[in-house]
Amino acid sequence: MADLRSEFVGIKSPNPFWLASAPPTDKEYNVRRAYEAGWGGVVWKTLGSEGPPVVNVSGPRYGVIYGADRRVLGINNIELITDRPLEVNLREIKSVKRDYPDRALVVSLMVPCDEASWKAILPLVEETGADGVELNFGCPHGMAERGMGSAVGQVPEYIEMVTRWVKQNTRMPCIVKLTPNITDVRKPAEAAKRGGADAVSLINTINSITSVNLDDFAPEPMIDGMGTHGGYCGPAVKPIALNMVAEIARNAETAGLPISGIGGVTTWRDAAEFMALGAGNVQVCTAAMTYGFKVVQEMISGLSEYMDRKGMVSTSEIVGRAVPKVTDWQYLNLNYVTKAVINQDDCIKCGRCYAACEDTSHQAIAMDEDRTFTVKDEECVACNLCVDVCPVDCITMRELAKGETDPRTGREVGDYANWTTHPNNPSSASFCGLRPAE
Amino acid sequence: MTNSQLTPGVVPGRLSPQEYDANFADVAPPLDAHEAQVAADRCYFCHDAPCMTACPTSIDIPLFIRQIATGTPEAAAKTILGQNILGGMCARVCPTETLCEGDCVRMESEGKPVEIGALQRFATDRLMAAGKHPFTRAAPTGKSVAVVGAGPAGLSAAHRLAMHGHEVTIYDARPKPGGLNEYGIASYKAPEAFASAEVAWLLQIGGITVMQNWQMGRAGDGTLDDLLADHDAVFLGMGLSGVNALNLPGEELAIPATDFIAALRQTEDLSTLPIGRKVVVIGGGMTAVDAAVQAKLLGAETSTIVYRRSQGEMPASEHEQDHALGCNVRLICNAAPVAIHAVEGGLEVEFARTETTGAGLRKLDDTFRLKADQVFTAIGQTLGATPAEIRLAGGKIAVDGAGRTSLSRVWAGGDCALGGEDLTVTAVAEGRDAAEDMHKFLMGE
Ligand SMILES: Cc1cc2nc3c(=O)[nH]c(=O)nc-3n(C[C@H](O)[C@H](O)[C@H](O)COP(=O)(O)OP(=O)(O)OC[C@H]3O[C@@H](n4cnc5c(N)ncnc54)[C@H](O)[C@@H]3O)c2cc1C
Ligand SMILES: Cc1cc2nc3c(=O)[nH]c(=O)nc-3n(C[C@H](O)[C@H](O)[C@H](O)COP(=O)(O)O)c2cc1C
Ligand code: SF4
Repeated sequence: MADLRSEFVGIKSPNPFWLASAPPTDKEYNVRRAYEAGWGGVVWKTLGSEGPPVVNVSGPRYGVIYGADRRVLGINNIELITDRPLEVNLREIKSVKRDYPDRALVVSLMVPCDEASWKAILPLVEETGADGVELNFGCPHGMAERGMGSAVGQVPEYIEMVTRWVKQNTRMPCIVKLTPNITDVRKPAEAAKRGGADAVSLINTINSITSVNLDDFAPEPMIDGMGTHGGYCGPAVKPIALNMVAEIARNAETAGLPISGIGGVTTWRDAAEFMALGAGNVQVCTAAMTYGFKVVQEMISGLSEYMDRKGMVSTSEIVGRAVPKVTDWQYLNLNYVTKAVINQDDCIKCGRCYAACEDTSHQAIAMDEDRTFTVKDEECVACNLCVDVCPVDCITMRELAKGETDPRTGREVGDYANWTTHPNNPSSASFCGLRPAE
Repeated sequence: MTNSQLTPGVVPGRLSPQEYDANFADVAPPLDAHEAQVAADRCYFCHDAPCMTACPTSIDIPLFIRQIATGTPEAAAKTILGQNILGGMCARVCPTETLCEGDCVRMESEGKPVEIGALQRFATDRLMAAGKHPFTRAAPTGKSVAVVGAGPAGLSAAHRLAMHGHEVTIYDARPKPGGLNEYGIASYKAPEAFASAEVAWLLQIGGITVMQNWQMGRAGDGTLDDLLADHDAVFLGMGLSGVNALNLPGEELAIPATDFIAALRQTEDLSTLPIGRKVVVIGGGMTAVDAAVQAKLLGAETSTIVYRRSQGEMPASEHEQDHALGCNVRLICNAAPVAIHAVEGGLEVEFARTETTGAGLRKLDDTFRLKADQVFTAIGQTLGATPAEIRLAGGKIAVDGAGRTSLSRVWAGGDCALGGEDLTVTAVAEGRDAAEDMHKFLMGE
């Protein structure tokens, strides 16, 4: 079995699977059971300053998006940071860390935006023996209105300032957790780096309304007839999170800054994908909330089987491996041509590819009397929609060899050439159209 | 309980009340809301869906399943009933394994179709339980139509005609409407008087008068000419009221399986219905299976189907055969009856082994006898008396695609008419399509 041991900003854990700061990590009881189930580390549910803790609503705090068979695709929540007293959390953190020294234990923090508040809490956390802190600049509801959470995370200058305070006031590694509720995630990441962050983690939840109650005409979850936006997470947000991780990983300003990947990680494969795009480890919340702590066992066995199959001995061999392959559209090879091919033996004749291509793509699939579906190469633009909608995965893309003629365009497949040099591109040297008069 | 399964002869009360209840309960219990959701989620919403093509009434199956999946079962029911007004009964009795479900693309991928029949029942049950009738009549046309037979074909035609604004009178020879839905379908397929509830629901459309105990051609009732004199058009949906004869010595000792089933369907308390200790059913179709299975469920010690050809050639579907075998019905194939003998303490049916040669089925000299207390024949139904002037073909009323017979102003559909399988759903489709053609005719189009 592959060695899954992971080291992230100097914090060691037996595997790269951590529980994200959220209800699964809100108390000693949970965290002990999570460690017993196999989780490599946890980020403790976000702590606030000393004094009376925040209060949560006492009605429903989650909304949901389902796929077929009520499979949870996404959850949104209107929960706040921990609603238990600071001293209780600190005492429990200390006790758990003492009993599980080999597991990672990072403490998530969110205190008011002044240096004194940070100065006050950091020594208390250090005293527990925790491995590091994560600054929660992401929570999109409830805390932002009080000038914390995403209210900080949306202003790069604040991120930099707070991060610097933290680094000046503790020896612990500092991870800055980013909010996705911004236009360009590279900016807050750069700010964190400037402030001295050891790493960033992302994404926190996305502003969202999951559903509207059509009897009461209010967003759900509904609290006494009213609703508010919450934070969206789970499998549905994974594509957004992957892109944000990749953006940071391939940005020259932040290249090399360790990333903890979060957002929809549900299986070993999701984790491996985050890691390939540059995440040093992953954090998980919704998958645990949906299926319980045991899901980590599939992640462990799956990742190690994959690594064995690939002959990899360390998770670091995965980390960042796909980053060089992430590019901008304009550099994609426009002379790369594929055609959809339907495997007739596996086709179940549902006709979904036909409906999709005929109604919404390029009318490139023919349907016979006997429901045999075939691709018309002279029409197929290789958009991949048929592949995507086929329920039995019987459609693949065939790559045309160099020199082969594309029946759609009548042109031979040529060498690599991208948009920057394309004759249709007004800013390319070989532009073939009319330029506006100077 | 005075009698048991071993009591000789033909006696009632072979089982306990609980056993009767269990044996005749819904053979395919309805889906609950959760099960329906799970089942509906499996539909791929195919393009030009094969299931829809396989349905004789062309119900838009992917659409109604999507309507269930999105929490609108009553809209789903409307999609179903718009094509097939007896969608509730069809959901229970259609041999879906050879129709819609047989062509479900999931058969190809997993061998397990989407449960279309059960979903159809889920939707239609919900609408009917709400007591809603989703169709209304068009403005009265002043035209009047006679429908002969209150079976699936006649009811379907009558409903469609009434919807178009015509006045409809249904004439039926039996005391209750429904045709074989009421008198023929196996009782465990549509328990709890579903057939009569469905007819009452269907009649809510209005504009339909039902005349029971009126048999076309019977002295005192009336003739086709009488109907043509009183109405602008006539639809014949008389089904098959005769049965094929065995043509062998002792055949008077046998009972048509359809009579046995009709009696069973009309018996309120099944413990009062006498059944033989040993029952032999001659035939190999759906009727043979239903008779043999229900005989067994009534407490017969043995119930045996004897079919003259091989098992693979049985008209009863594999699913039906499995059901019979699962109910401990015995199956003997390649044996044809030669005589029925009255013997001390009961009957004996004498069979000859058969073989199929190039020249057809041949009886061999090898014979055997089966003891029986009751012998049922299920070797096919035939058209009852029809007006001499109407053209027949292949023992049925000749019709064109829209159900027009050789007589002007007379249409026919269902089992009595040529074409299509003898199934409830086919009868519904033919009644509906004939009604559309009649409507065009009546409106002078
Ligand atoms: C035992 C048995 C089991 C079956 N099981 C199934 C099944 O599980 N699934 C399935 O799809 N199909 C089944 N069928 C077939 C199905 O019942 C028929 O195909 C269907 O009922 C035909 O409908 P219909 O309206 O043409 O005729 P019928 O249902 O036979 O109705 C004809 C009506 O016409 C009336 N009538 C007849 N003659 C006259 C007259 N001269 N004047 C006035 N009224 C008259 C009759 O009283 C009857 O009400 C079964 C048939 C039998 C016999
Ligand atoms: C109910 C709930 C409460 C959360 N509370 C916190 C929190 O207190 N602090 C924090 O940093 N993130 C919080 N999160 C965000 C998660 O840590 C995580 O970033 C997000 O759910 C995306 O990961 P996932 O797709 O695996 O769930 C919370 C998420 C949920 C569902
Ligand atoms: S790849 Fe796109 S264009 Fe080509 S056949 Fe499939 S759906 Fe049509």
